Amino acid sequence: MSAVTAASRGLSACHGCGLLTQTGHHHATHCPRCGAGVHARKPDSIARTWAFLIAAMIMYIPANVLPIMITESLFGAQADTIMSGVAYLWHHGSWHLALIVFIASVAVPMLKIMALIVLVVSVQFRSAWDPLQRTKLYRVVELVGKWSMLDIYVVALMVALVQLKALATISAGPGAVAFGAVVVLTMFAAMSFDPRLIWDATENNDG
Amino acid sequence: MPDGNQLIACHECDLLQREVALPEGGVARCARCGGILFRSHPQGLERALAFTLAALVLFIISNTFPIVGLEVNGDLIQATLLGTVHMLYRDGMWIVAGLVMFTTVLAPLAHILGMLYILAPLRFGRRPPNSAALIRVLTEVKYWGMVEVFVLGVLVSLVKLADLAKIVPGIALWSFAGLMILFTAATVAFDQRQVWQKLGEVA
Ligand SMILES: [Zn+2]
Ligand SMILES: [Zn+2]
Repeated sequence: MSAVTAASRGLSACHGCGLLTQTGHHHATHCPRCGAGVHARKPDSIARTWAFLIAAMIMYIPANVLPIMITESLFGAQADTIMSGVAYLWHHGSWHLALIVFIASVAVPMLKIMALIVLVVSVQFRSAWDPLQRTKLYRVVELVGKWSMLDIYVVALMVALVQLKALATISAGPGAVAFGAVVVLTMFAAMSFDPRLIWDATENNDG
Repeated sequence: MPDGNQLIACHECDLLQREVALPEGGVARCARCGGILFRSHPQGLERALAFTLAALVLFIISNTFPIVGLEVNGDLIQATLLGTVHMLYRDGMWIVAGLVMFTTVLAPLAHILGMLYILAPLRFGRRPPNSAALIRVLTEVKYWGMVEVFVLGVLVSLVKLADLAKIVPGIALWSFAGLMILFTAATVAFDQRQVWQKLGEVA
């Protein structure tokens, strides 16, 4: 199969505004309409995606092991990790919210990292396996990424509100910094990946 | 109006296709990967301007008034968004403070003001200076505004705090919910393709 892509006709779509411009292979110019740099594919997509992914995986460990919230009360100090926060909601609040926080803070970052690894590796091996499904996977990764910030906002609001000298005070723990880093790094990783590379592998006439 | 002859490349799979005329409110999808090529927005930019103006008003309210309060033994502790950021900063958590500030205040504000800067002059047939560079910034900023996630975060915190003390909902709680809806509506209606078309007409 050999589909007519913009790249095969020496055209590149601007990342900024979508305008098609004539560009040679490996030849960067600037978009005549919006002035953004025009490349046939995002530059160094695979290397950049890997760099952000590896950094995200490293930060994923402290994000889950270190406390993200520290509660000091008359009964002493209590440090909460993301998982213990989910467990607390499960027992005291409602299981609905426990599920939402679990999905947003634990499942989404992990699945996002795994999905991006699958995408990058499949592109590196020039896999022809179901490009449509892989494109859909990428769309989901892009869509859900920001929802992982949920726990950061929860911690922030708890810190602002629970400043009751007589009862309890809450402060943010070092895990919150690591967790925020995971969210930002996975977002950068997703932005660096170019889904058009998935389809390039299905072309026979690539150069 | 598209002349039916213009070429367009899918931004997800790079397939080259011809633009087609769409029915009102229709969506053109890529023949190969199903990605959205473009949409038809009847009166899109007029609507985008209205939504953006309303979103700006709600943004100001949301950042001025308290979101929630806790009442303990007659004392009321209230939290505004900026107060929350300040508290994190004071605790030495400046990275987290910066992240919250950027995703819930700066990025949405830049997005709203940027859209206004483009849409308001266009409405009166003028071309705002440096619009090309600004639209480029807007496409980057779009990823980082997380008002909708913040609203969910507020709801989760309310449940967590319900055991601890009496919760007093603030004005900003409601305005944030409204901001989330109007901001999303404005972003969807701000159709880049139409903006470029209009910019070309007034140039
Ligand atoms: Zn451009
Ligand atoms: Zn496509």
